[in-house]
Amino acid sequence: MLKLAFKRILMTVPVMFLVALLVFSLLYLAPGDPAVVFAGDQATPEQIEMTRQRMGLDQPFVQRFGTWLLNLAQGDLGTSLISNVPVAKLIGQRLEPTLSLTLLTLVWSALVAIPLAILAAWKRGSLIDRGVMLLGVAGFSIPIFVLAYILSYVFALELRWLPVQGYKPLSDGLWPWFRSLIMPAAALGAGYVALISRIGRTALVEIMQQDYIRTAKSKGANPRIVLFRHALKNAAVPISTVIGLGVGLLIGGAVVTETVFALPGVGRLTADAILRRDYPVIQGVVLLFSFSYMLINLAVDLLYPIFDPRIRY
Amino acid sequence: MTLRNPPIAEALPPVFEERTPRTGLAALILGNLSTSIGLFVLFLLLLIAIFAPWLGTVDPLAIDPTLRTRPPSADHFFGTDKLGRDLWSRVLFGTRVSLIVGFAVAVAATLLGVLLGMVSGYVRVLDGLLMRAMDAVMSIPSILLAIALVALTRPSVLNVIIAITVAEIPRVARLVRSVVLSLRDLPYVEAGVVSGSSSAKILRRHILPNAIAPIIVQATYICASAMIIEATLSFIGAGTPASIPSWGNIMAEGKALWQVKPMIVLIPAAFLSVTVLAVNMVGDGLRDALDSRLVKDV
Repeated sequence: MLKLAFKRILMTVPVMFLVALLVFSLLYLAPGDPAVVFAGDQATPEQIEMTRQRMGLDQPFVQRFGTWLLNLAQGDLGTSLISNVPVAKLIGQRLEPTLSLTLLTLVWSALVAIPLAILAAWKRGSLIDRGVMLLGVAGFSIPIFVLAYILSYVFALELRWLPVQGYKPLSDGLWPWFRSLIMPAAALGAGYVALISRIGRTALVEIMQQDYIRTAKSKGANPRIVLFRHALKNAAVPISTVIGLGVGLLIGGAVVTETVFALPGVGRLTADAILRRDYPVIQGVVLLFSFSYMLINLAVDLLYPIFDPRIRY
Repeated sequence: MTLRNPPIAEALPPVFEERTPRTGLAALILGNLSTSIGLFVLFLLLLIAIFAPWLGTVDPLAIDPTLRTRPPSADHFFGTDKLGRDLWSRVLFGTRVSLIVGFAVAVAATLLGVLLGMVSGYVRVLDGLLMRAMDAVMSIPSILLAIALVALTRPSVLNVIIAITVAEIPRVARLVRSVVLSLRDLPYVEAGVVSGSSSAKILRRHILPNAIAPIIVQATYICASAMIIEATLSFIGAGTPASIPSWGNIMAEGKALWQVKPMIVLIPAAFLSVTVLAVNMVGDGLRDALDSRLVKDV
């Protein structure tokens, strides 16, 4: 069992390697010459050439990729072209708002979406069910930044209950921190709630038609026990899968949400880096986000046997 | 890593064990309320896009410093933006970008994804390599990948289309591959092999027709997702160039005036949401109509 889990972990290595190659190629293909940028405005062609050699930019692709991978393995993501600060440090400084935002969103979304899915599946065909399904379509259709602006209009501009923009770090206290994240987390989570509740409902509805559910019912088991003990347990696998996959939406959405609400997080760093064409930062951020996404989904995969003992690694 | 299902559409996989009897495509599509409403809205938007120059619009790029941030009036139905450009004209012309990007990405990603998926599902030697590559692309959240790709080039509508297409191809390829895998051992496909048909012919004549329904549904979801990604890219300033009005960059420019003139942001936002909702409704309706299993559920 452990051996198989280990095999599963090993399987992600080639994909991670491919992602690294892809992301490195992005920088390699990027227009502009980093050596010219680094050497400064006053540099002579000789100085630029020296910078190029010092940075290893004159070496062939494979060699540069190898060096880059080695540095990456040591946590070195390169240096920002604009601020000359190591990318890893830049990201580290910005991690708190992004982690706060995504974790808060993840928690509230799951807490809302799973009961909605259960309710919809329980009252299948009812108004509640249709409402949840409608919410599903709407949640997919309203882009995050649109919802963000609507929330901001109502709760910040009109009602003045919440701050329009800005982030309060946790060190300022739990309540100010939470208050600064209410609207961002609400906007970011809407699509996620839609996704989880819809898939959860479909999974539950499907499971409720299985033979063992009919058997349990015909043996006279309390319908609630059938739903919660028999059905929900079996729906745990698809629901946890979609929660893991949906993190991709959260990550992409964080870039936008942080821009709208001026949160100084990694997403904002990404948006700024794009506008300034700061390729090492773009590369570092894309790599970090992709690896986190992969590891989260790997973790979800490894959790399957807990929910469903039939699945073995 | 195996990302078995991409987030939105494919995670609701239509399984095609049995098909609804053919009732004619038109009847199928129009018989579904959700699809009809969606199609009607999209048709209106198409008319707006085509006839934008004749719908009381002026040059959407014309700047008038004397008329900055005016409220709605008879001359400017939606008012003007911070440079005095007519918002009504900009929003109407912006319809073009969204529709073009949505449609172009849906078509391009579907065609390329079908090709890759069929090769991967049928030519087993290439399967491992192709699918690992798809896994890698899918491991990068699609908005981020599109952002990174657009950052490599000059912003233009074509580059935005290419970037989003690259990010969306794996979704189609994985779907098509799984359908091909489920079909390739069926008796009628084996009969084709035995009777000496070429692989290309088997894929085209026997496998593709059975995969077409989920592919069309997937294409509509990709269209919706492409519209959102285009608007998002333009909104953060990395998408459609400012010289072309698109809903995303109208919102981006309105951002600075958000606390004073929220309508500049809210109007294109409403157009964008309605458009994406319409596309998703078409997709949902088609999925229900084409997939007998789900129809039973609803």
